Amino acid sequence: MSAVTVEDLEVRFGEVRAVDGISFTVGDGEVYGLLGPNGAGKTSTLRVLTTLLPADAGAARVAGFDVARDGLQVRARIGYVPQALSADGALTAQENLEFYARVTGVPRGQRRERIAQAVEAMDLGAMLGRLARTLSGGMLRRLEIGSALLNRPRVLFLDEPTVGLDPSARALVWERLHALRADAGTTIVVTTHLMEEAERHCERLAIMDRGRIVASGDPADLRARHDAASLENVFMKVTGRPLDEDQGRIRDVRSQRRVARRLG
Amino acid sequence: MSAHSVASRAGSAEAVGPPPARPDALTGSPLSRFFAGTAAMAQAELRKLRHDHLDIFTRSAQPLLWLFVFGTALQHNHALTAGTLDYRAYLAPGVMAQAALFIAIFFGLAVIWERDVGQLQRLLATPIPRSAIVVGKAAGAGVRALAQATLLLIVLAITQIDVRWRPIEIVGALAMLVLGTASFACLSMLIAAGVRTRERFMGIGQLVMMPLFFASSALYPLSIMPGWLHVVARVNPLTYEVQGLRQMMLGVGGGGELWLDWLVVVGFFVAMAAAATRAYPRAIL
Repeated sequence: MSAVTVEDLEVRFGEVRAVDGISFTVGDGEVYGLLGPNGAGKTSTLRVLTTLLPADAGAARVAGFDVARDGLQVRARIGYVPQALSADGALTAQENLEFYARVTGVPRGQRRERIAQAVEAMDLGAMLGRLARTLSGGMLRRLEIGSALLNRPRVLFLDEPTVGLDPSARALVWERLHALRADAGTTIVVTTHLMEEAERHCERLAIMDRGRIVASGDPADLRARHDAASLENVFMKVTGRPLDEDQGRIRDVRSQRRVARRLG
Repeated sequence: MSAHSVASRAGSAEAVGPPPARPDALTGSPLSRFFAGTAAMAQAELRKLRHDHLDIFTRSAQPLLWLFVFGTALQHNHALTAGTLDYRAYLAPGVMAQAALFIAIFFGLAVIWERDVGQLQRLLATPIPRSAIVVGKAAGAGVRALAQATLLLIVLAITQIDVRWRPIEIVGALAMLVLGTASFACLSMLIAAGVRTRERFMGIGQLVMMPLFFASSALYPLSIMPGWLHVVARVNPLTYEVQGLRQMMLGVGGGGELWLDWLVVVGFFVAMAAAATRAYPRAIL
């Protein structure tokens, strides 16, 4: 069974079609990437899949449940880390973990064990007593991903998880995600505008532009099919223009810059 | 470095384990999930207060100024209290409710901040009931008001301002204050759901708070108000909260019955919590 199924999905904001009739499936245990510039529709797609945004047309199922009709069932089976830094800065790392264990319904008797497992999985031991607002960007991302694992999600949604991180922090986050996928079988759906990152880490991906999927497949196959040296070249060949990171809705760009600023 | 090679280098996620067949979050009844979620939200707010306990002391300066500057200036004006009380005692429940109103009305700022930093989106993607998020957050505002009111009561005791120190009635007054604060915190979240920026919210917050405060019985009795203001004060829930506090702390109401004060405060809370629960998810759109 597919972990995620999307059929003819549409999201409109007034006259703007943020997501314009896209379809794709993600297999169980797969690392799947939604790749594209700002404003391509990646975050809107992820918001529909996490039940945060109603779709205007089409359908989507996550872990076998319809996101529109069975929102609670979906939310009980997913983990979600938004692009902005979502850990509560006024709480310590330990308190953030305890909070998310409680709101995701981890039984009281299992909380200590689950938190210890997340701490080990994301290497959080050294930061547990520190207020989250004092942590570095890489630490915060690992804390957020760790807290998203507490309910043992079937599908983990990550929106631009490495934006603003330095290369070593970025590598560590990915290392932990791959270990998670390999050992717990968690399906990971990730959005990114970094072509090189998508190529290196995603087994399959969909390249999005202006709300549509313009190419999809595994990275090597995509390059071969379009006779391109990199995914950036694939993007250029299928859209007829270079990837411009600063295009897209001003709110998306502002949000991304704000995250980058917070990460120093 | 391929995905496969990095996966083989890190193995510490092994302990996380596969997803359970039935998710943890769906094991209890909806009511037990509501209470568990509310308790989790309230505990987080309490922990934030513990990390920033100086906040309560700094916020307490304002009600103390009202009490000891404004109250002292009008201490001998017996028209305001029908000649029965020291005006500072009459004012004490009013400034207690006013200080709590300040906490509550600007609670919506936190919602806007949480939306901007992604906390709200993250929370709404968890299985916690929306109503538990709203009520838990409102309870957090109530607890802050409770801490502030406790400090104010200590000052009232030290300065021997004439409060009726009956334990049950003091507990009742604090309960009403918590409920009233939670109601206004829900109103604040309701406003925040429709406002995009913190700056705009500040303006709207002032616009809501000042009429609530001045068109109530917080500073003066309803009996001295002109007709139109009397009508406005009669439909203002803060009036009933202050009258209830005054009845329980001083034995002096405002012409109304204590049961009516409770009914209005509880009814206002239920209505605001329901409306905020409905509007809250829209804050992220």
